[in-house]
Amino acid sequence: MRDQRLWTWHVGAGVVILVFLGLHMAIMHIDTVLGLFNRPGTEAIDWSNVVDRAKSAFFMVTYVMLLGAALFHGLYGLRNILFELNPGAGLKKGLSVLLTVVGVGLFGLGTWAAWASFGLTRAL
Amino acid sequence: MAATNALSEVVFRIRRFDPAANASPRWEEHRLPYTLGMTVLDGLKKLKETVAPGLAWRSSCRMGVCGSCGMFINGRARLACNTQITELGTNVVMVAPLPNFDTIRDLVPDLVPMFDAHQALMPYIIRGDHDEMTLPTGEFGQSAHELEQFLQFSYCIRCGCCMAACPTYATDPRYSGPMPLTQSHRYNADTRDDGFTARRTVLAGEAGPWRCHYAGECSRVCPKGVDPAKAIQLMKRELVLDYLRLRRERCPAEIAARPAGIKRRDGIPEAPKPTI
Repeated sequence: MRDQRLWTWHVGAGVVILVFLGLHMAIMHIDTVLGLFNRPGTEAIDWSNVVDRAKSAFFMVTYVMLLGAALFHGLYGLRNILFELNPGAGLKKGLSVLLTVVGVGLFGLGTWAAWASFGLTRAL
Repeated sequence: MAATNALSEVVFRIRRFDPAANASPRWEEHRLPYTLGMTVLDGLKKLKETVAPGLAWRSSCRMGVCGSCGMFINGRARLACNTQITELGTNVVMVAPLPNFDTIRDLVPDLVPMFDAHQALMPYIIRGDHDEMTLPTGEFGQSAHELEQFLQFSYCIRCGCCMAACPTYATDPRYSGPMPLTQSHRYNADTRDDGFTARRTVLAGEAGPWRCHYAGECSRVCPKGVDPAKAIQLMKRELVLDYLRLRRERCPAEIAARPAGIKRRDGIPEAPKPTI
């Protein structure tokens, strides 16, 4: 059951990454053609555009979702690679715990960063 | 035909190993005159009759049906009876036992782990109506389309070539492997079967299809044209849909109505009564 659940979440995280990376590509790399997301005549990395995105609740949520999906997808993939080295049951459990702790830690740090920049830019 | 004419002699390099007598395997070389239509199995038999009486391998039907003579021939898992010398493109034939299995002796692999995994995945029809299964009163109805969903997977002869070619099975003995997983899917996809939930207890865990990288070697080497890689991907999809509660539950096929208006021809006896 556990592997069925983890695999389903892995696939779901892949779909989330696909959607939000698509959004990232549209905003950061092809908006000069699309002209939908950034201020006219500016680059995506101009200060004004960066501030606009940072103080948007929508972008704050998408950053956190993308972070969570990418961390789960990547760390689960790494776990699979490590498990193929055929470690013992104890080492497997240890690796799972370690990767979970690393994932939760990085997710907390990234979420705090997104939240902090959201708060700071709202105060500007 | 040109290749056939050019062949006059075949060099067999055979891996010999008797765990009871040898510390490590060794390669033996023998030469045989080529005869038209010679298969690798023909060559092995000729060698056993002449210069290597102790050479051990498994074979039975000689026509690619029984699945006994799976061997590692010139770097690829194949059936020895189904492999013409000419199709190898060289007159040097290297024969070893199937990789990813222990060797019992010479070219005889120990297939017990494969059949244990096969058995654990319940490769048979499972239904709730025990009375009908024990004393059948008719045939379960199945359309041609429903048959097509699993037909190609039922051609598997359990030769183990896919298991020998699988890079995941090579490193992770807990992975069930392509043959047992394909056979499990073959029954899950059969409309007469109602055993998905029972098989899921194994499939949803570590032994399930999750370790498959879709290398596709299992499908490439299968001598019967079965596509285990496809079965494994279809099984993953079923299990994901099942987790999301989106899998379409189906009732197992009912007993088909007997055809009406058909009269038995004279002289054709009734079918014998069930013996179990």
